[in-house]
Formats: sequence, C-alpha cells, structure tokens
Amino acid sequence: MSDHEYTPKSKAGKWFNDRLPLLTLANHLTDYPTPKNLNYWWTFGGILTFCLITQIVTGLTLAMHYIAHADMAFESVEHIMRDVNYGWLIRYIHANGASMFFLAVYIHIFRSLFYGSYKSPREIIWIIGIIIYLLMMAAAFMGYVLPWGQMSFWGATVITNLFSAIPLVGEGIVTWLWGGYSVDNPTLTRFFTLHYLIPFLILGLVVLHIWALHVPGNNNPVGIDIKKPSKDTVPFHPYIVIKDGFALLMFMIVFAFFVFYAPNILGHADNYIEANPLVTPAHIVPEWYLLPFYAILRSVPDKLLGVVAMLSAILILAVLPWLDTSKIRSAVFRPLYKQFYWILVADVLILGYMGAMPAEGLYLLIARVATAYYFLHFLVILPVLGLKERTIPLPLSITEPVLGGSPNMAMAKKKESKLE
Amino acid sequence: MKKIFKLFSIIILLSLNSYSAFSAEKVEYLKTDWSFKGLFGKFDRASLQRGYQVYTEVCAACHSMKYLSYRNLSEKGGPEFSVAQAKAIAASFEVTDGPNSDGEMFTRPGKLSDKFVMPYENVKAAEAANGGAYPPDMSVLVKARGGGVDYIYSLLQGYEEAPSGMTLDDGVHYNKYMYGNKIKMSAPLSDGIIEYSDGTNASIEQMSKDVTTFLMWAAEPSLEARHQMGFKAIVYLIILTILVYFSMKRIWSRVESEV
Repeated sequence: MSDHEYTPKSKAGKWFNDRLPLLTLANHLTDYPTPKNLNYWWTFGGILTFCLITQIVTGLTLAMHYIAHADMAFESVEHIMRDVNYGWLIRYIHANGASMFFLAVYIHIFRSLFYGSYKSPREIIWIIGIIIYLLMMAAAFMGYVLPWGQMSFWGATVITNLFSAIPLVGEGIVTWLWGGYSVDNPTLTRFFTLHYLIPFLILGLVVLHIWALHVPGNNNPVGIDIKKPSKDTVPFHPYIVIKDGFALLMFMIVFAFFVFYAPNILGHADNYIEANPLVTPAHIVPEWYLLPFYAILRSVPDKLLGVVAMLSAILILAVLPWLDTSKIRSAVFRPLYKQFYWILVADVLILGYMGAMPAEGLYLLIARVATAYYFLHFLVILPVLGLKERTIPLPLSITEPVLGGSPNMAMAKKKESKLE
Repeated sequence: MKKIFKLFSIIILLSLNSYSAFSAEKVEYLKTDWSFKGLFGKFDRASLQRGYQVYTEVCAACHSMKYLSYRNLSEKGGPEFSVAQAKAIAASFEVTDGPNSDGEMFTRPGKLSDKFVMPYENVKAAEAANGGAYPPDMSVLVKARGGGVDYIYSLLQGYEEAPSGMTLDDGVHYNKYMYGNKIKMSAPLSDGIIEYSDGTNASIEQMSKDVTTFLMWAAEPSLEARHQMGFKAIVYLIILTILVYFSMKRIWSRVESEV
C-alpha cells in the first residue's frame, strides 16, 4: 500500500511483472504499513495461517495411509500409529493441531471483540472470518468421525440427527446425509471427501480475509485510524514478520508439549474403542471446542428450537457489526463495554464447562442462564450500550498524546503494556 | 505476556477438568510408580518382558491383541526380546494361512510378520465363550479407558467380596474399580498363577504392574521415541525462541515503539 508505484529493478523482472504482477504483490506484502502499536493479541492471524498449513500438510500425509471404510478405518489408524514411519507423530500433530487451531481462533475472535475490529470499515473481513470459523467447525467435526471410534460414530449420529428437527423434510434430509438409514460406510466416505475439501475452501477464504484486511489496514489497540503512516506504522517486513515469528514459536512450544507429552489428553478415551452401533457410550460429548454450542443446544427443551438457538449463537456473530451501535472501536475507551466483555468471556467458558457435564439438575439450570445471557449480550446489551455509554476521549493519533497530556492516553498505554 | 499465559492455562485447565470429570470414578485408583511417565519416561524392559509373559499365559486365553505383530516384540522401545526369541515366540503359535494351490486353508507355525493370533475366530465366538461378554481387544485398551494405566492396574487388584445387600448374577463378579462395580471377568490373577522366568516373585501386585506396563507399550509403542524427540524438539524451540526474541528487540530498536 506504499504510495509509490513499484517497478522491478531487473529487466526480466519488469517483463514478468508487466504480464503478471506477482512482484508487485510481494512488494505490497512486505511494505504493507502496519500500526506500530499492535500487541501480541494481533499475532494470532499469523499463528492461524500456520495452523491451517500444518493441518493441510499432515492431513495429506495421513490421507495417503488412511482407509475410509467402516470396516477398516479404525485399523488403518492403528496402522498409521504403528507401521507408518513417524505415523504417530503426523497423526498426533494433526489431532492436536485441530485443538491448537481452535485455541488460536478463539483468541483471534475474542481479540476482535475486545478491540472492535469488526466495526466499519472492516465488516467484510469479519464476516469472512465467521464463515471460516463455521467451515472449521464442519471440518473438525467430520475429521473426528474418521477414526471410526465410539465417539466418532455416536457424535456423528447425534449431530446429523439434529437435521431431523427440521419440520416435514427433516427425516428425509437425515437419510440423505447418511446415505442410508443409519450412520454407516456411506456416511464415512462422504465425510472423508468433505473433510478433504473444506481446508482448501478455508484456504481460499483466508486469501479473501487477508485481501479484505489489506484494504483498510489493521485495526490497533487504540482503535483509531492511522493519521500519519510515516509515524504510526512500520512496514510488515521485518517488524511484524519477526514479531509474529516470535509469538508463533511460543505457540509451537505449547503445541509441542501436547503432541509429545499429552497427545491424547484433549481427546476422549472412548474414541479408542472401535465404533459399535449396538453400544451407546454413557456420555456423548463433542470435542472441547464445540462444547459451548453443545451446551446451548441442550439447554433448550425443544429439539427444533435448540438447533435454532445453537445456529443463531454462531450466526449472530455475523451481524455483530450492526448490533454494536458504538462508534468507538477499542474497549480501552469504553469502560462499561469492557466489563460486559469480560462477563461474556466468562459466560462462554461457563457454557463450555456445562457442555461437558450431563444435562441435568443444576448443570442444566446454569447452562440455561448462561445461554440466555449470551443472547442478551448481543441483542440487548450491545445495542443499548453503544447509545448510552459515556466513553473516554480518544487520543489524536496512535503516537501523539492527547492535547494537554490527558491521563487517558497514559492509561491506554499502561493497559497496552500490560497486555504485552 | 503474563495475560497470554493466564488465558492459556485457564483454557487448558478447564478442558482438562471437564474431561477428567467423566473418566474419574469417585473411587481413587491405586497408585504406583510408572517408569514411562515424565519427560524422559522409558519402559522398564524387564517389566515389559514379564508383562508379556502374564499377557500370553493369562490374558491371551480370552483377550486378543490384533494390532500387534510378533516382530514388535523385538523392536526398539518395546520388550526388546532378541530376534531369535521373538521368532521362537512366533513359532509357538499356529497360524491359519492359505488358501494353498489346492484351495485349502492350512496351518503353519507363526512368523515374525504375523499378527498376534486371536483366541477366538470372531467377536460372536468370544461372546459365546464368555457368557455374552466380549473380552475387549487389548491393543489400545489402556488408551480406551478413562483412568488409563492406573485404572487397569487398580482393576486387576480390585476384586473383593460384594458388599452385603448387593446381589450378583451368575458369572458376575464384584470389582471396586469397575464402572458400576459389576464385571463379568473373574479375578484373572492369583498369587503364583505363573512362574516368572526371571525369578521375580509373581505376586498379584507385581503381575498387575508388569502386565499394565506391557499394555501401555502395546497401546503406545512409540512412547519412548516420542519422549526423546519431544525433549529435543522443545529444547530446540526454546533456544530458537530466545534467539528470535533478541533479533526482534534489535530490529524494533530502530523505531520508537515497544515490542
């Protein structure tokens, strides 16, 4: 986005670039002006790209050895674990990689919520992000089915059965999804096909996500627009590259710990029992990253309304830019919103915990309250808060303090350094 | 930075918590020192070999271990029998092979490349021989039970008289650690049921520990390789992270901003 027109130095480069401006693109990516005050919460975009590439590379390798057949899938996974060279490593990276991917995406989403990154002019970036998140959930769910363990089978049964809640055509749709009258081999093969396809759809959307980001440029912790690019920004390379790299390495240490020392801790023991349509596990639970939505689903007594509530909980995020009526982006300058933000974080964590517990008694009651609060936050608190809240005056620019040395900027700075 | 770690740990703790809530029965499992736990954890070779003996002389009468091959017994990171020993073990089993050129199935002594011979032809036959209960395949049994090795170790020692007031059907036994306390497997171990070839006293506790170690290896044959590689990988990452940190500080010192 540098103002000057880029021309390659060499003749060959110029010849090529006139026909396909890849070098202009590379130049744009390295020079891309990035706010210099980004904190470490902004490094998760790069981390997520790493996660996606890791999943695709390990996934391709696994697909070379995996057999998508109800009678052989479980055995082929054991074949990968035992007989394929470093198969255990590839599989554990892939399985834990899914959890790491979601861990990073949740931090990425909640960063956006805190700093108002979804607000004008970044609505399209946000909506593409939500679509990516939906596709991630679909990919993760289908991936969990592939080892054909007990939790694979029964998870698939529970989730696909949700479609039967649709009036009139529900049962027909479920049969169509299964490719039969129960979850069986046709279900497995189609899930494998889709599990293979979705990451590449995500990859395409990630390109759009970054493209859309590069039009207005990054939001930043202060949440105000860039006034003077020369003063407020640094070129993406080397400043952001090295910072993202540092954060990525820290992330990889956590990742490696799971892969090498606790590879099965995030999975469920029942998935090491081969799928058996005649034996239902005592508790059917999804992977941890889907638990908050599972809790919302179960907290509504009616099946159809439960499905509607669960889907709304995700889709409501897509219209968030219009539900949040405040023009101020960063929560640093919104004292009330900041408190409600942390309540929402706690609410989602509570929902996640309740999703793992049996849906009965006190657990169910808490899940219901938390579900109601989740919707209250987006449908009532956010719209009203934007109109009523008294915000703290914004600084003039990212680098310049407010005229007269306002204490607010000092406060904002302090907050930032704390986050770092 | 501190906050990042806080969030990380909250999320991790929360997820661990929710899972252990299912797996853990209210009873406390018996504890013992497992040599394979920890950053440098390795299997106790002698214990693995004894464990194999317990498995093959006791468990294998009913429980299959269909994902293991005889060659695994001599592989690195396992019981590490010599190749000759593993060959002899394999040859002691009759394997059905074929069809031959006449179209007939035939039996021959096992080879290293053969999978462990199963005690029953199929699941139905196993159920029929065990009062309707299928003795689960033991290949990944440790990973398929919530409490893992501690659970298996405890279960083997958890046979007791049923508390008064509890009626047990025929062929059902009371076990302190079993889900619902009712188990169809009769107590498999008793003092001196086998004679260890290395002279170790075959107490129930000793056999439980040995066979559980063996089952852990069976479920996770790459455990030692994983621990060794993990340590190297993490040390490498930490050193690289430190180097990159200082490079970052250097680069960012060119601009007026904190990093």
